[in-house]
Amino acid sequence: MEQATFETNIEDVKPPATSVGVIGWVKQNLFNGWLNSILTIFTFVVLWKIVPPFFRWAFIDSVWNTTGQACRHAAGACWSIVSANYRFIIFGFYPYDQQWRPFLAMMILFGLLFYSRNRKHWKKSLGYAWILGLFTMGLLMKGGLFGLVPVETTKWGGLPLTLLLSVFGLTAAYPLGVVLALGRRSKLPAIKVLCILYIELIRGVPLISLLFMSSIIFPLFLPEGITINKILRAQVAIILFTAAYIAEVVRGGLQAMSRGQYEAAESLGLNYYLTMRLVILPQALKIVIPPTVSILISAFKDTSLVVIIALWDLLKTTQSVLSNPEWMGFSREAYIFIAIFYFLGCFSMSNYSRKLEKELSAGEESR
Amino acid sequence: MKVAKVCIVTLVAAMLVFTAGISAAKTLDDVRARGFLIAGVNGGVFGFSMPDKKGVWRGLDVDTAKAIAAAVFGDANKVKFVALTAVQRLPALQSKEIDVLCRNTTQTLTRETVNGLNFCHVNFYDGQGFLVPKKLGIKSAKELGGATVCVLPGTTTEMNAADFFRKNGLKWKPVVIEQTAELSKAFFAGRCDVLTSDASQLAAHRSVAPNPDDYELLPEIISKEPLAPVVRHGDDQWYDIVNWTVMALIQAEEFGITSKNVDEMLKSNDPGIKRFLGVTPGLGKALGLDEKWAYNIIKQVGNYGEIFDRNVGPNTPLGLKRGLNDLWTRGGLMYSAPFR
Repeated sequence: MEQATFETNIEDVKPPATSVGVIGWVKQNLFNGWLNSILTIFTFVVLWKIVPPFFRWAFIDSVWNTTGQACRHAAGACWSIVSANYRFIIFGFYPYDQQWRPFLAMMILFGLLFYSRNRKHWKKSLGYAWILGLFTMGLLMKGGLFGLVPVETTKWGGLPLTLLLSVFGLTAAYPLGVVLALGRRSKLPAIKVLCILYIELIRGVPLISLLFMSSIIFPLFLPEGITINKILRAQVAIILFTAAYIAEVVRGGLQAMSRGQYEAAESLGLNYYLTMRLVILPQALKIVIPPTVSILISAFKDTSLVVIIALWDLLKTTQSVLSNPEWMGFSREAYIFIAIFYFLGCFSMSNYSRKLEKELSAGEESR
Repeated sequence: MKVAKVCIVTLVAAMLVFTAGISAAKTLDDVRARGFLIAGVNGGVFGFSMPDKKGVWRGLDVDTAKAIAAAVFGDANKVKFVALTAVQRLPALQSKEIDVLCRNTTQTLTRETVNGLNFCHVNFYDGQGFLVPKKLGIKSAKELGGATVCVLPGTTTEMNAADFFRKNGLKWKPVVIEQTAELSKAFFAGRCDVLTSDASQLAAHRSVAPNPDDYELLPEIISKEPLAPVVRHGDDQWYDIVNWTVMALIQAEEFGITSKNVDEMLKSNDPGIKRFLGVTPGLGKALGLDEKWAYNIIKQVGNYGEIFDRNVGPNTPLGLKRGLNDLWTRGGLMYSAPFR
């Protein structure tokens, strides 16, 4: 009993006001030492110099829905460049009255991606949903059936093209990369040499040169009269390039597996395929989630390089608007607008990878 | 080494075979069988070829391609445009990805010979000029000694400017800026005294100035840039069609035939106009086209003057004067050979 009263007494004594509450938090986190105090003050000054003027430029002094001429007299940002041209920036050359189709296709894609976020939904039915979804998206984009006007691929552009190049690029490059990584570790010399050659050759050249080759040199070697779709050529170049990088990351994961895992699988009588499928790859791929995702993110951003082979992706449509004399000079606003799209894409990828990592390692930690 | 050599030899041989095969084919038949023309354009130059807000192609080069489609099919809309970069444009033509290149391409000797191309009649005479602020009080490019000059890197523009200043014994300081939009920003912010580029481009830059009247173009044009549609070597019929399509645009303006009065002109008594519009047959057959080919061009696209005014003329943001691009009868260089 006596002890209990003693404890309550101690709890009754409040800590000094300077070490709790807002003041306490500020003192402990922002001013706990002369160096940190200087840094804090410096940061606040910098923020004060940057944030209010930016806010003023972007929101208070800005104009939202005017002509290019009116914009030249505005003190702040000219968001009119976006509001006047957003349909061309997002959809490119897609026929104006048909633009609901790429819009719907993108919505289906976002819906499927969002639904697939949850690992509980990873069942066979989801696979069918994807197949059906991809078919619908292709049909919407290309048309030609069910009374939809056909739209050739040369008219695809803007955001749908960026998404097409990245979604297909990434999903096709990943399995190819895994196969290449396994090939590089293979005991069969022919396969091993081929894979090493492929990986090193592709990693030895920049993506730009691959895109150039696919768009300029490659057509010269085709028999007369045969031309391969420009988008397809760029798509293949992106897949080949990304796969080589993924292969090296996955190889890192494979090498991190201890020999014991291989031996354990062998002693269970598993053959090569089952060893990889059931024992090695699930662990190895999990280890390399962070580096894989950073490769996927950079591949997503690299799709904008197709600008140099005159594919009208999101960046190119924006640049085109910027070379119109009416809107020349408002590059900041236009680039901020498309930066938002790229940021959303990259951020959701990295966010999802962290979630996946946490879920997959949950079992390990509880052990 | 030996393997590499064999590879290279095979490669070169293969290229030769393909180029030979390419030049033998008849473009007109291919285009007719396909049902539409494929034209390579720039895509980023306002007034020449650029998509508008709705993604519809507009510009002087675009209209030239439409005129070719009108001549071949009688329908100016049977044409597809492929945007090409400066590096892509020649291979795209050589590999038959496009039928004709209307992409503000300057006619030069090496392009015609080494690259195996034919330049048709010029559809725009451009040239490099200088834009200066009026307050500097400069009246001639010869007074530009010691000036800082804003210029795009890696283009003939930079070399032309260097040649010009060296020839006239003037000192200059180039300020090299990669992006077109940044270039004009730097100039208007006063980072350089002079902006140099093709005259048509300078007009576009000037139009975005905070106050366009504060700037003026100097009279000197220091380079010749005849821009013309391009076709492959070895298909003379196709060359004739493209060449005479451009000349038909010019000749129509000389005759005074416009898209509005072309139907009345069909009743004209002038034998030249009768031949031109196919009332008196002969010219169409000679080209392998419909007798109404020139009528269709003018009816659907307009004459050269109409195309010029619509895309780059005084009422557009570029606000270009006709200058060299005026008819020869008014002191310009636009001159068509006789239609007979």
